[in-house]
Amino acid sequence: MSDTIGMIFIGIGLFFDLMGCVGLVRMPDIYNRLQASTKCVTLGTCSIMLGTFFMTGFTSTGIKALLCIVFLALTAPVSAHALSRAAHISGIRLWKGSVTDAYRSDRESGPKSGGAQ
Amino acid sequence: MKKRIQWLIGTALLLGVLYVILFKGLPVLFYQDLPFVPLFQRCFYVLLLSSALCLLRVMFGPTAADRIVAIDILGILIVGFCAILCIPTGRNWYLDIGIAWALQSFISTLALAKYLEGRNLDE
Repeated sequence: MSDTIGMIFIGIGLFFDLMGCVGLVRMPDIYNRLQASTKCVTLGTCSIMLGTFFMTGFTSTGIKALLCIVFLALTAPVSAHALSRAAHISGIRLWKGSVTDAYRSDRESGPKSGGAQ
Repeated sequence: MKKRIQWLIGTALLLGVLYVILFKGLPVLFYQDLPFVPLFQRCFYVLLLSSALCLLRVMFGPTAADRIVAIDILGILIVGFCAILCIPTGRNWYLDIGIAWALQSFISTLALAKYLEGRNLDE
């Protein structure tokens, strides 16, 4: 039973990994690519880790898998945010079909009101 | 029209590779005596397909940020690969490799983002 639940979670994780990588190839823009491929971390690899935990139970392997879930869920959004901010500051243009750019208007209007404090 | 033909070619290639992975028996290269291997073998090949797509973005990425994103996702895929690899072999130090790889990938991504932003590393 627990093997079945674990394999279902691993299948969900593999599906999200594959779709995230297809989005990484397919999307037209760095920001869209980042938004598509960050799903591969929290839903893909964390789901694979959860399947590993269900298949092994509370052994040392399962505890390490839980630890890895916590670590990945804490660090991956931070790195994605830093990357998108760095890409915007270094002057990469948005895709021509993009509607709005709120971060640029924030940076041009307010003289460091949000970030400095 | 040209874009639709590109869509068709890409979808046909992807579905063909997925059909070969899921329904045809690809060769098993390691650990043939252990349980669950015909199922986990397909998981390994799906992750290898995802890594190949990431390497395509590394090769053809127009800017440096695309390459950094692709390398980051490749590290995450390798962590998943280690997690799957530790079940049929029963050796739990593969997850140690995964945790260390996640840490190293996080730190290197932050450092590359700061370098791309134009700041110093000790700021």
